[in-house]
Amino acid sequence: MNFVLAGLVGVFIAVAIYFLLSRSLIRMLLGMVVLGNGINLLIFTAGRISNDPPPIVPGGLEQPVGAIANPLPQALILTAIVIGFAMFSFLLVLAFRAYQAMDADNTDSMRLAEPEDAPRPPLSY
Amino acid sequence: MFAGTTALADWVIVLPVVLGLLGAALALMLRRAGAGIALVGVVAIIVCDVLLVQRVLDGGPLSMTMGRWLPPFGISFAVDMFGAGFALAAALVTLVVLVYSLGERAEDGFYPLVLLLLAGVSGAFLTGDLFNLYVWFEVMLIASFGLIVLGGRPLQLDGAVKYGFINFLATSFFLAALGLLYGLVGTLNMADIIGRAPSANPAAIAGVAALMVLAFGIKAAVFPLNAWLPASYHTPPAAVSALMAGLLTKVGAYAMLRVLVMLLPAAREQLDWVLAALAIATLVIGPLGAIAETNLRRAIGFLVIGGIGAIMAGIAMPSLHGVGGAGLYIVHAMLTLTALYLVAGLVEKLTGQIDTRKMGGLYAAHAPVSILFFILVLAVAGVPPFLGFWPKLLLLEGGLGDADLRGAGEAGVDWLSLTIVFALLVNAVLTLIAGTRLWAHIFWREGQEGQHSEYRSELLNVLPVRERWFGFGAVVVLVAVIVLAGLWPDWLFQAALSGAGDIVEPAGYIAAVGLAGGGP
Repeated sequence: MNFVLAGLVGVFIAVAIYFLLSRSLIRMLLGMVVLGNGINLLIFTAGRISNDPPPIVPGGLEQPVGAIANPLPQALILTAIVIGFAMFSFLLVLAFRAYQAMDADNTDSMRLAEPEDAPRPPLSY
Repeated sequence: MFAGTTALADWVIVLPVVLGLLGAALALMLRRAGAGIALVGVVAIIVCDVLLVQRVLDGGPLSMTMGRWLPPFGISFAVDMFGAGFALAAALVTLVVLVYSLGERAEDGFYPLVLLLLAGVSGAFLTGDLFNLYVWFEVMLIASFGLIVLGGRPLQLDGAVKYGFINFLATSFFLAALGLLYGLVGTLNMADIIGRAPSANPAAIAGVAALMVLAFGIKAAVFPLNAWLPASYHTPPAAVSALMAGLLTKVGAYAMLRVLVMLLPAAREQLDWVLAALAIATLVIGPLGAIAETNLRRAIGFLVIGGIGAIMAGIAMPSLHGVGGAGLYIVHAMLTLTALYLVAGLVEKLTGQIDTRKMGGLYAAHAPVSILFFILVLAVAGVPPFLGFWPKLLLLEGGLGDADLRGAGEAGVDWLSLTIVFALLVNAVLTLIAGTRLWAHIFWREGQEGQHSEYRSELLNVLPVRERWFGFGAVVVLVAVIVLAGLWPDWLFQAALSGAGDIVEPAGYIAAVGLAGGGP
């Protein structure tokens, strides 16, 4: 099971890198989503998948009895999903506004901050 | 597993973050009182940070754990000299930028976002948990996203696209690295990682460390990963770019220092050559970019990158002096580069231009600004007795101590450290050339490029009264702090070396978190 999941993480991240190398902002956004999911799956796998019961403490005790499943990766992933979703929605709106303002979805033609005909270094002094 | 309540005095460890978040929420709700709330909030945060620094100076590292779920289970905040000192410097810088921005009309949402940014930065400096560090990175990131697009000019959107994608990618890499580290050592508490990392597979740990270098390298704008910084930092208004340049890249550099030198020292040794190469390349290429650049704030952006090289040099030579130098350099860079960006903002207002080719003759029109700019150029280049000299002195001592020129050590002369020392000196010279050239172009020559008139430029503006008091006044105070700190550096040396001691020999830090016995 772990090997299957590890392979899946590899596939996710490979796909994400392929998308992120694109010049189109929308494809890059898709890449970010796939990358986020790949990394969440990675944390899930790194936390060890087991067949143990959930970590519920029986009444009157302070610790669960016997082996329990590791609850921490789920907490980490939940946090990462929330943060990733917020970032994704911001970047989505940003890409749309950039498209409106610059009429460009292609990063090669977004050259306002770094003009293409950059001046030569000043020679005085 | 969990016991008692937190002592009331220990709350001060988490207060800088709590006050920042609380202030941000209040400033958002009471929009008209935003400026007042932000000022009160930041002053309160400074008071807390001063208390923290004092307590750490007196009694060594401190820690506090949420809900008293004792480490390694709960999320700990752990403060040593570096964390407390950087948090204090960050809050001071934020206060200056806030006062500076009082001179201009603030966009809606400016004050809540500044407080949120400071909360994220303070959290990153004070936390003792790796996943929590990731969360603070994201808090910082979302606040800086908001700040960089505030106003929504197409130029800003263009800068924000590049800044946003690459920085989100960097935090994603960091998340992946900490997931893998958790899989290897089974804990995310920093003090616990120090104890457990040596027994994990060293090759796997080195891989994780390399991924961390990539992630924090992007955040800190280390040389091959620096392209986003000059593409985005000059797009927002000067106050915002000053805040971002002062705080954000330094948090990345701090995280790299903390993770590589303190948490995973064995893996850092395996990456020695990589780190040295990154440091040397960043040291040399940063100021070269500044020499070639004509856009004023983009040129200063390259100086920021050069400064990151000096911090990387400390990470590549992790002796007591090297790490102390890197820590002191972080404080210096926070103060000095923020001031430089703010002065650049004043210059842009006075000349109405952003391109140094179209500036000139500002010395005759506004001598005080030119003096401020010149002092800051000397401070950035590290000319004694200004602030930038002292961290570089520590770094050189560290490098020459490592290099062991007398050849007494078993390995003979350490050429790697010697090369880094050489790169540090080259960096100082190149930074001085870049800075004085900027100064000569903006202030010294009579008019803009190609114009040889004896009369000063007619195009210069006069600062409105409010901007003169708040904008100019804030910068004068910050520059005065930089000059005074440079003239009396004794206590800075003491603090830097004691902080470096905690990083290089983290026994006190581990004991403060409560894991001295090797953990439960």
